[in-house]
Amino acid sequence: MRGSVAAVGASTMAAARDAGGIAVLALEVARSLVPPTLDGRELVRNLYKMGYRSLPIVTMTALFVGALMVIQFSSFVQQYGARGLVGWGTGYAVLREVGPLMIGLMFSGRVGANNAAELATMTVTDQIDGLQALSIDPIRYLIVPRVLAMMITLVVMTMVGDAVAILGVMLASQALLDIHPLTIWYSLVDNIGAADFLHGMGKALVFGTAIAVSSCYFGLTVKGGAIGVGRAVNAAVVSAAVSICFLDFLMTYLTS
Amino acid sequence: MEALAIELVGVGKRFGARTVLAGVDLRVPRGGRLGVIGPATAGKSVLLKIIAGLHHPEAGLVRVAGRIGMLFQNCALFDFLNVADNVAFPLVHEGGVPDHEIAARVTARLRAVGLAGSEHKLPAELSGGMKKRVGLARATVASPDVVLYDEPTAGLDPVTTAKIYQLLCADHDASGGTAVVVSSDVEAVAAFADTIAFVDSGGVRWVGPAAELCDADDDVVRGFARGTP
Repeated sequence: MRGSVAAVGASTMAAARDAGGIAVLALEVARSLVPPTLDGRELVRNLYKMGYRSLPIVTMTALFVGALMVIQFSSFVQQYGARGLVGWGTGYAVLREVGPLMIGLMFSGRVGANNAAELATMTVTDQIDGLQALSIDPIRYLIVPRVLAMMITLVVMTMVGDAVAILGVMLASQALLDIHPLTIWYSLVDNIGAADFLHGMGKALVFGTAIAVSSCYFGLTVKGGAIGVGRAVNAAVVSAAVSICFLDFLMTYLTS
Repeated sequence: MEALAIELVGVGKRFGARTVLAGVDLRVPRGGRLGVIGPATAGKSVLLKIIAGLHHPEAGLVRVAGRIGMLFQNCALFDFLNVADNVAFPLVHEGGVPDHEIAARVTARLRAVGLAGSEHKLPAELSGGMKKRVGLARATVASPDVVLYDEPTAGLDPVTTAKIYQLLCADHDASGGTAVVVSSDVEAVAAFADTIAFVDSGGVRWVGPAAELCDADDDVVRGFARGTP
């Protein structure tokens, strides 16, 4: 019994330490942006690596998510004859919730994990020390461009993903329910406002920040060689998933 | 009184409950070559990282005159940069050096370490010895006043080890700069350095001329130098 209590206590302390470390890193990143000096080449390199190369997987996932939502809707549409609501229902869900959430989780698994692994490897092979030995601040040189790139990329990816998901809705509606794509489009534009779009973009920005800072934190604080790198990646992905779900709940609750 | 390049007074360092260094005093004159030897986990690399400013000591004073270059034990080459960009990195980030001069200095350094023609290779494409030589070129390209070498020949075969020390000697003969070498290769480091510090149990147990290492008045140091238990 005492052992279980001690284990829970130790886990709580570790989680609190990580949460504190992530908050401190976020503050350091913010402080490094004043004055706004940035290594442009690092930013562009990260935008390409994180954004451009994630496009195919984002497009593929979003297309199926759109189609999947139509399949889930189809029985109700057929039962109640609510064909005119398909565009509104799916569009509302995609823009406000499913788009940022799905793409955020996927982004965390692909880009966040990769970022944590890269930084962790740099840490255990002394590359971070190498920067400091040259009087280069790793936060300013390595972390700030990555955080900015992830924030920008996730917002852009969510925009692209939303558009592709709606395309998926149109294609699946035509194929499964014989609803013309224009019906979907008019249902969407007549009922969905800019606030719904901005709500989703706000979530994408916050999720991007959470994924970026947590993956950088676990990458920089790794200990224990190759095994430590694996642990860091695992911790980064789990932490990002929990953060995304918690922040999603919080933002939805506060804005509903 | 000779000018000092490095001065450590009463330096202490702990990691959690473990004391790694305690009351370390060490002085290296300008142009001096100090070899640091000692058993594994004695705190040699920590001592080097304290001199480099990568670890902050809990106690004592550290003074280093001038700029530092460092060769890390596992080279610490940046994975995402090719050989030329790795070597150019200190100059690029130092600022104020024109691009044509950076290119010329990188080419000259790579030629000096025998890696001309490898400019576009990535670190993953290099052997251990080549990585060390790239690390060496990067550590010295900006002509630092003090160069720190952490196990410059760890894991290398005897021929490559000899080549690396030849490079170190040639560099320091030419520059007249200060060098600190942490190494487990007692024979090689004693041949390179003019002074040896033996670190053991968190302190400097013996300091003396490299030529007198094998005849040190301390049994432990003498045994370590001769490789006898």
